[in-house]
Order: sequence, then C-alpha cells, then structure tokens
Amino acid sequence: MTVAVFFGCAFIAFGPAFSLFVFTIARDPLRVIILIAGAFFWLLSLLLSSLVWFISIKASNSQDLRLQRDLLIFGVFFSVLLQEVFRFAYYRLLRKATEGLAAISDEDTSAISVRQMAYVAGLGFGIMSGAFSMINVLSDSLGPGTVGIFGDSQYYFITAALMTLALTLLHTFWGVLFFEGCEKSRWWVIAAVVSLHLLVAGLVMFPLDAAGELHITRASHYCFTFIHTARVI
Amino acid sequence: MNTSDSEEDSYNERSALVQCESPTIPSYNQDHDMSLPQETDSKQRRSVSSGLDEPGPVEQERAATPEGEEEELTLKYGAKHVIMLFIPVTLCMVVVVATIKSVSFYSEKTSQRLIYTPFEEDPNSVGQRLLNSFLNTIVMISVIVFMTIILVVLYKYRCYKFIHGWLILSSLMLLFWFSFMYLGEVFKTYNVAMDYPTLAMIIWNFGVVGMICIHWKGPLQLQQAYLIIISALMALIFIKYLPEWSAWVILGAISIYDLIAVLSPKGPLRMLVETAQERNEPIFPALIYSSAMVWMVGMADSSNPNSADQRQRNEGGALAQEGVESEDDAALGGRRRFSAEEDLEEDRGVKLGLGDFIFYSVLVGKAAANGGDWNTTLACFVAILIGLCLTLLLLAIFKKALPALPISITFGLVFYFSTDNLVRPFMDSLAAHQYYI
Repeated sequence: MTVAVFFGCAFIAFGPAFSLFVFTIARDPLRVIILIAGAFFWLLSLLLSSLVWFISIKASNSQDLRLQRDLLIFGVFFSVLLQEVFRFAYYRLLRKATEGLAAISDEDTSAISVRQMAYVAGLGFGIMSGAFSMINVLSDSLGPGTVGIFGDSQYYFITAALMTLALTLLHTFWGVLFFEGCEKSRWWVIAAVVSLHLLVAGLVMFPLDAAGELHITRASHYCFTFIHTARVI
Repeated sequence: MNTSDSEEDSYNERSALVQCESPTIPSYNQDHDMSLPQETDSKQRRSVSSGLDEPGPVEQERAATPEGEEEELTLKYGAKHVIMLFIPVTLCMVVVVATIKSVSFYSEKTSQRLIYTPFEEDPNSVGQRLLNSFLNTIVMISVIVFMTIILVVLYKYRCYKFIHGWLILSSLMLLFWFSFMYLGEVFKTYNVAMDYPTLAMIIWNFGVVGMICIHWKGPLQLQQAYLIIISALMALIFIKYLPEWSAWVILGAISIYDLIAVLSPKGPLRMLVETAQERNEPIFPALIYSSAMVWMVGMADSSNPNSADQRQRNEGGALAQEGVESEDDAALGGRRRFSAEEDLEEDRGVKLGLGDFIFYSVLVGKAAANGGDWNTTLACFVAILIGLCLTLLLLAIFKKALPALPISITFGLVFYFSTDNLVRPFMDSLAAHQYYI
C-alpha cells in the first residue's frame, strides 16, 4: 500500500489504453468525440443495469446472503447483455452519422471509416469499464492499510489491475468484431462476441483456490485477449 | 436575431455562391468583402454580439455552400471546436476536483453562508431543508435576474464605464483575494512554511499579470490559463459556501433560467444580444474564454468595432462578491454565452462563457466532495462533456444562439444522483467479490 503500488497498478491497468489513446486517438478530434460518446453509452448501460439490480435487491430479503449473491450474479449477466445492446445501439448511431455525412459529401469517403469507429468505440467502452472497476481501488491503494489482513488474497490490487487491463483490451476487440459483424450482417459473429463476454464475466465467478488467486480466470482472459488480437489483425 | 450589416452582406454573397463547384483546396480565407464565387469554403459565422448576460447563446458555423466537402469540413471543423472546448473545461474540472480532494478546506461545511442564500438548512428535518433550499434558490435566482436587468439597462443607456469598472473590480477580487485564500489553504494542507513578503510578491505578480492578460492584451495561452484559474476559484467558493441541497437546486434552476433568458423573446440576454448587434459593437472585455486569438481584432481589445469577436458574458462569477457583498456584478452570473466565430485568416476558434465553466466545475466538484467515490465524479464529468457536445451539435443544426448550460447540467445531475444511489452499491458489491462486467 504505497505510492509504488498505486503507480504500478495504475500503469498496469491503464497503460495500454492510455498509449492507444495518445498514439491513435488524441490527434483526431472526431475520434476523441466518438471515444467519449462510447464511454457515455457504456455508462448508460451500467446505469440501467444497476437500476434493475437495485430494484431486485430492494424487493428481496436483505438478510439472505445466498440470495443476495445470486442476485448479484444475475446483475452481472444482465449488465453484460445490456452492454452489448448498447454497443449495438451505438453502432446504429454511428452508422446514421456516417451515412448522413456520406450522403451530403461529394466524395464517397467519409472522414472516418467504420472500422476506425469500431476500434474507437470499443476503446471507449473499455476505458470506461476499466475506470469504473479500478479507480476506487486505486484511490484506496494510496492510503494506509494492509491487503488481505483478514485472510483474503494479498494480491488483490495486482489481480484487479490485470483484470482491468484484460477487460479494457477485450472491450476494444469486441467492439471491432461486433461492428464488423453488424456491417457484414454476420450474426454469428455478434452471437460469438456476446457469448464470449458472458463467458468472461462468468469465469470470474469460478471458485477461487486456497490462495484466493484467480489463476484460471486470469489465464483464460489472457488467452481470449490473444485470440482476439490475432483475429483482429 | 438581427445580423449586422457586414454579416448580411456576406450572407447575401454566400447565397450567391450556391452554384459553385467545390474547390480542390478548402480555403478559409473568406473575407467579408470576398465576392468571387470560387471561394466556396468560407465558413462564416454569424457573430452574436450579445450583452453581458448571455446564458450561453451558442454561435453556429455555417458552411458557405451546400457542398458535401464543405459539410465534411464543417464536421471536422465542428469536431475541432468541440475539442477546443473539451480541453479547457476538463482542465478546470481537474483543478477543482484535485483541490477538493486534497485541500479539505473547500469541502468542510461552515455555518457561514453567502448573503444570497440566507436560509439555513437544518439537517434534521427533510421537509424544512427542502423548503429552505428552494427559498435559497429563489433568492439567488432573483438576485441574478435583477442583476441581469440592471446590466441590460446600463448597456442600453451606454454606461460603459460603469460596467467596465464593475468587471474590473470583480476580477480584482478574484485574482487577489480568492487566490490569496486558496494559496493559504494549500500551504496549510501541505504544511509549507511561507512568509508574508514572499507571498505578497507572488500574489501581486499573479494578480497584476492576470488583470493585464484578461482585461487588456496578453499571450493567448496565458489568458486562457488565467480564465480557467479564476473559473476554478469561483467554483471552489461556490462549493464551499453554498449549502448542500441548495447547491443542487440552484444548479437546476440556473439551467432553466439560462434556457429562458436566451431563448424567449423577452429574455434579458436576448435583448442584450440584439442591442449589441444593432450597435454593431463588441461588448465587454473578456469574461469569455476564447480558444483562438484573432490578431487583427484583439481578443482583449474591447474597442473593436467589428463586433464579430467580442462576446460578453457575465460569469456567475460576479457572484464572486458573495462573500464580500459590495459589488453586485455578482449576480450577473448565469450569463454565459458560447459563440463560435471564424477568423479572417485562420480559425478564430470558439468562445465559451466563464459562467459555464464555473457551473460545470461546481457540479463535478460537489460530486467529488460528497463521499469518496470517484465513479460518481467520473460519470458527471463524462455526462457534462457529452452535454457540451450535444449543445454544439444543436448549435450546428439550429444555427441560432443556444444556452450552454441546460443539457450538460441536466445530464450531470441525472448521472450524479443515479450513479451515487444506484451504480455505487452495484460497483462496490462487484469490487468486493472481484467480479468484472
């Protein structure tokens, strides 16, 4: 719990996303806007899914811990589905915008291609998702404390950072794949993205081993990330 | 809205350009006197020289011709302007949030209140508290309306010196007194040993350079930096001295007032704008953030007859005087204006009133001050930026003056309350179990 941990975890979690932003997005104002709008859409999806979860929590017995945990799991899956719905909605919005531009433009090219928009939108989703998962953890890591003093894993911060990194990149890749699937009307691609997202979210819920480390899940997340990278390239 | 003569000429000229073919290279060299039909890419903006109390009428950019490339350039151009506003707004918010999180002075509640919010909020009774916050809001908004009307009257009767003096006093207070307070608190927080002579020199230099940059001439970036700093200082004062619930209600009420004052035909701001346009003159020296300098028509130069550039707006910062009551340019607050204009040579950039900066930062700062949750702050930040983006989009579509507050503040408020009450427990549970969505 030091400044070192803070910086280490911050760079692990946000380093690649930040570099992607600086090198590919920061120069072009249109991409920045699409990025922020993507973050906004992710936020909207989170808002709606939290609303649903909150209602379900309030409507249920707050003493029953198993029920609470099950409701949380339901909340997670619902949130994943809603995120994909909002990704689709964002795709439609961006398509309309591009079409509008293309319609009035003499040349057939628009300022930004759908692939670029897909990448930027995915990154927007990823950054926002990562920020929401990680920022409170990071700010806690600056203060005094001992990790895992009550028997929890002492690697909480580092696993959180790595998971955030994985999810950010995954969101980026899912964005690209999803938009591609929508463009070419390949619905199996969309179904694959959605099911992979569900799978990833679900994997995190595997029972942890004795040391409390998410061995399996982290490994599989990285496998997914590599697979997606390969696919995208 | 009335347009000035020069704009009408250019407008007529532009309508004559309809049949042009698109040039290979877009030229931004559109001058008012240009009459060659080949110049298709002039994007002239109608400048709305509005009076002090503009709650952010937004200037729009118009493409000179209906060419597609023109529109694409408009989009890129528009996107560039959006970013030119994102950056200062973000910086102001970052300064405010950083201060709130590190210097506890600004988030401590005191029993001291501004004279504009005379009713005390009693934390014990919800109904009473709500009632008092509404009363506070009514007082504050009526003060603002009153000030705006005084300003319109002063402007109509050409009491320029009075208004100038008022603005100078207001920025004096901000640059010297509030920055002194701020530095004092920062030193206390970090336990920095400082002596009065050094401090006096620092404050003196800071203040004098600020006055020169803001009211006269100075390097553009320095002027921008000063404007951001004074907006942040003002926002911090608001965050400290406005009671909890009153602050939220005031934010909401100010956006509604903004909407009314700019869009309704009898709104004071609209009258100011029209008066200024009739006289075809710039309004007052900067309480407007501008993102690009026009060399021929100096930003800080208020005597420029080519009104196109001077946009005036009274920041709610005049509310600066709150703590000290004497000057009243305080309540001019609520006037913000947001205008875009184009340079003769180069992109003149966009202007946004400082009141907008202040209220955006107040919202984000309050989100940061309540509880330790960063998610709420981040959500409000994104919401405000998206609101600003939408406002600009509406500007491009409707091509008339629009207030810059309502959409952003509405989004900000919605996201603040929903994130704080709905998303926070959800994310906390997820983090506790280390679930990732």
